[in-house]
Amino acid sequence: MSPAIVKLIAQRLALGILLLLAVSVLIFVGTQLLPGDVAQAILGQSATPEALANLREELGLNDPAYVRYFDWLGGVLTGDLGTALSNGQDISEALGKRLSNTLFLAMWAAIISVPLAILLGLVAVQHRNGFIDKLISATTLTSISLPEFFIGYLLVYFVAVELQWFPSVSTVYDGMSFGDRMSAIALPCATLTLVVLAHMMRMTRAAILNVMQSAYIETAELKGLSPFRIILRHAFPNAIAPIVNVVMLNLAFLVVGVVVVEVIFVYPGMGQYLVDHVSKRDIPVVQACGMIFAAVYISLNIVADIVAIVANPRLRHPK
Amino acid sequence: MSDELKYLSDRVARGLMNRRAFMGRAAALGVGATMAGSMLSSAALAAGAQKGGILKVGMVGGESTNSLDPATFASQVPFALGRSWGDTLVETSPTGEVTNRLAEEVSASADARVWTFKIRSGVTFHNGKTLDAADVVATLKRHSDEESKSGALGIMRDIDTITQDGNNVVVALKSANADLPYLMSDYHLIIQPNGGLDAPDAGIGTGPYKVVVNEPGVRHVGERFADYWDAPNRGHADQFEIIVINDATARMAALQGGQVHMINRVEPKIVDLVKRVPGVSIKNVGGRGHYVFIMHCNTAPFDNNDLRLALKYAMDREQMVDKILRGYGTVGNDMPINAAYPLFDDSIPQRTFDPDKAKFHFKKSGHDGSVLLRTSDVAFPGAVDAAQLYQESCLKAGITLDIKREPGDGYWSEVWNKQPFCTSYWGGRSTQDQMYSTAYLSSADWNDTRFFNEGFDKLLLQARAELDLAKRKAMYSEMGMMVRDEGGLIMPMFNDFIDAVSDKVGGYNVDPGAELMNGYALSKAWLA
Repeated sequence: MSPAIVKLIAQRLALGILLLLAVSVLIFVGTQLLPGDVAQAILGQSATPEALANLREELGLNDPAYVRYFDWLGGVLTGDLGTALSNGQDISEALGKRLSNTLFLAMWAAIISVPLAILLGLVAVQHRNGFIDKLISATTLTSISLPEFFIGYLLVYFVAVELQWFPSVSTVYDGMSFGDRMSAIALPCATLTLVVLAHMMRMTRAAILNVMQSAYIETAELKGLSPFRIILRHAFPNAIAPIVNVVMLNLAFLVVGVVVVEVIFVYPGMGQYLVDHVSKRDIPVVQACGMIFAAVYISLNIVADIVAIVANPRLRHPK
Repeated sequence: MSDELKYLSDRVARGLMNRRAFMGRAAALGVGATMAGSMLSSAALAAGAQKGGILKVGMVGGESTNSLDPATFASQVPFALGRSWGDTLVETSPTGEVTNRLAEEVSASADARVWTFKIRSGVTFHNGKTLDAADVVATLKRHSDEESKSGALGIMRDIDTITQDGNNVVVALKSANADLPYLMSDYHLIIQPNGGLDAPDAGIGTGPYKVVVNEPGVRHVGERFADYWDAPNRGHADQFEIIVINDATARMAALQGGQVHMINRVEPKIVDLVKRVPGVSIKNVGGRGHYVFIMHCNTAPFDNNDLRLALKYAMDREQMVDKILRGYGTVGNDMPINAAYPLFDDSIPQRTFDPDKAKFHFKKSGHDGSVLLRTSDVAFPGAVDAAQLYQESCLKAGITLDIKREPGDGYWSEVWNKQPFCTSYWGGRSTQDQMYSTAYLSSADWNDTRFFNEGFDKLLLQARAELDLAKRKAMYSEMGMMVRDEGGLIMPMFNDFIDAVSDKVGGYNVDPGAELMNGYALSKAWLA
C-alpha cells in the first residue's frame, strides 16, 4: 500500500475520533440541559432538600460541568460506563448483552440484504427498462414505501399467526440453540431486509448504469464479452464507491434505527433498552447508548470513505 | 385437605368471636353462603389441578429498569412476578375477604390498635432458611423505613412499633385501624429472609416458584420450588415464563400464535375481535381502578363549587362507558368508591348527565368564558377521545371546554397533581380507608383534587377506629357524599381488567383485586 493511502486513512481515522469527541460533548451538554438533575431524577417526588444535597455531594454533581465531563469521558475510554440509576445494574454488562443482540440481528439482516440488493441491482441493469427491471424496482420500492411497523405486522399476521411458521415473539436469551435463535429472529430479520433492500438496490442500479455509458464498456462489448460479465467485471468495480456508501448508511440504520422493529417483535436489543431508560431519566445509560450509536455511525462512515478512496485511483493518487 | 378448607373449618370451629377480634367486622363476616361456596369451589378447582408444563404469559408493564426488590415494585410485571416467588402475611380472596397465608392467625386488641400475627411454621425460603417471626419483623421494618423508598411506605406510616413475641409478630399502631390486615396484603410486603436487608433484590422468598432467569424488560423464568409449603394449591406448572411484550398487537399475536398462554391488558376496542378467535377466551372483571377528570378545589376557577357541580352534571357517564370502555366497565358516581369495596353504600343516588342542572350551576358560578382541560394518551387508554366526548357533552350544557393535549413524557411529573384540571387514572386500593387516605385526606401527598375538608378528615380517622360495622358504613357513606357533592373529582367510569387466556389454561378465575387473578394466575392456574 502506498504511503499516500496510509496517510489518507490515518487522516480519516483522526477526523473520526475528533468527530466522536465532538459528539460526546454534544451528548453530555444535551443531557445536562434536561430539566432537573440526576439527583432529582433518582429521588423523584419524595425528594427533600437535605437528601438532594447529600446525593449531589455523593454523585459529585457540585463539581463544575467540565470536571464532570472529563470524569465521564475518562470512564467511557476505560470501558467503565458507570451504573444505571434506576436499578443499580452495571451499564457495561447490561448494555453489552443488548448490543450483541442488536449486532446479531443487524449482522444477519446485512448478510441477507446486502448481497441480495447488489445482485438484484446487477440483474436489473442487465434487463434495464425491461419487465424484470420494472418488477424488481416496483417490489422493492413498495416495501421501502410501507412503514416498517406495517411490514412487521403483515409478517406477524400471515407468517406467525396464520401459517405459524415462525414465532412472532423474538425474545432471544443465553442458552438458546442456534436453530431456535435463527427461527426467533426470522421475522424481524425479514422486516429489516425488506426495509433496506430498495435503497441499496436502486443505488447499485443507478451507479452501474452511469458507468455503462463509458467508452470502455463499449470496448468490452465490442470485444464480445457476455453482458453479465461486463457488468460484474468492468462496470461494478468502478461503481463501488457510491454503492458502499449506501450500504454503510443502511448498515448504520440496522444498528441504530431499529427501535420500532424491536418493539413489534419484542426483540431485546439496544433500542428498547434506550427507550426504557430515557423515560426513567436514567442519564448515564442514555449517554452510554448515545456514544455507542454515534461510534457505530461514525465508524461505518469511515469504512465507506476508506473503501471509496481505495477503490478510486483518482482519490488514491491526489495531485 | 386444602388450605382454604382448613382455614374455613378452623374459623367455623373457633366460632365467630375469634373472627370478630380478627377482623373487627364480625357481623358482616358470618360464614356467608357466597364466601363459603367460593372457597369450597376454589378448593375443589385446585384439587383438579394438573401438574407440569411451562406456563407462559405475555405481559405489558415491564421495563429493563425493573428490579427484584419488592420495595421498588410499581408496574405489572414485577407485581405478577413477585406474587409467584414470594408470599405476604395475608391475601385478599376474589370475594374481597382477608385470607391467611404466612400468618396462621391474626388477632387484634379490642381497640384495633395492637395486632398480633401468628407466623406459620414449617415454611422454608428458597435458600433453605426456615421462616420465623424475625424475618417478618425485619421485612415490615424495612418497608417502614423512609430510606427504603418502599412503595408500601405510605401504608406503613401509621405503624408505631413492630416487635417479635416468640412465634408472633406484634404490630402496634399510632391510631386504631380496623383494616390493618388488608394493608398487610399489599404486594410490596413480600416476606424475605432477614427482611431482605442483606440482598433486597435476590428474589428469595417463600413462594411456589424460584426465580431462575431474571432479565428485566425481556423475560423472567421461575421453576417450581420443591419445598413449597402450600404445594397442593399453588405452583402447578413445572416452570413459568413471563415474556415482556409491551406492544398490544404483538401481545395479541403471541397469544394467537400459541407462544404464550395468557396476556394482560387487552384493549377494549379489540375485545370483540378477540372473542372470535378460536381457542382464546376473554376474562374480564370489574375492579376498583377508575379513570378520572380532576379539578383542584383550591384553584380558580375550580374553587367555586357551583362550577365544579356544573362540570360534574355535564359529564355523560353512560356514553363514556359505552364509547371509551366499549361496555367493559361501570359508571362512576363522582366518588372513588364502588361496589367492589367492602362497606359500600349502594343507596347513594347515581349522578346522571343533566344539561339543565349543569347550565343552572354554571350560571350561578358566575364563571365567564371557557374552561381548560389538560389531557394526554398516557392518562388512561382513550383519554384524548374521552376529553373530546366530554367537550361535546359540555357544549350541550352551554359550557365551552378547551382541550390542551400534553406530551405523554413528563405528564405525571408536570401535569398531574400540578395543573388545576386534567385527566388521570387511579388503580384503586383494597379498602375505602386506604383510597381516601391516599388521595382525599387534606394531608395526603397525592391529594390530586386539593380537597381540604376538616369534617371529612375527622370522619376518616373516626371511621378507621370504628369497629361497629353499621356505624362505619354510615360514616363512609357520608364521606362519599362529601366527595361527590363538594369534591373536585369528576368520575365517569370504573374500568374492567381484561385478560385473554388460551383454552389450554385451567383454573383461571377472575379476581377483582387486579389483572391476571390479582397476579396469582401463574401460581393458581395450570396447563390442562
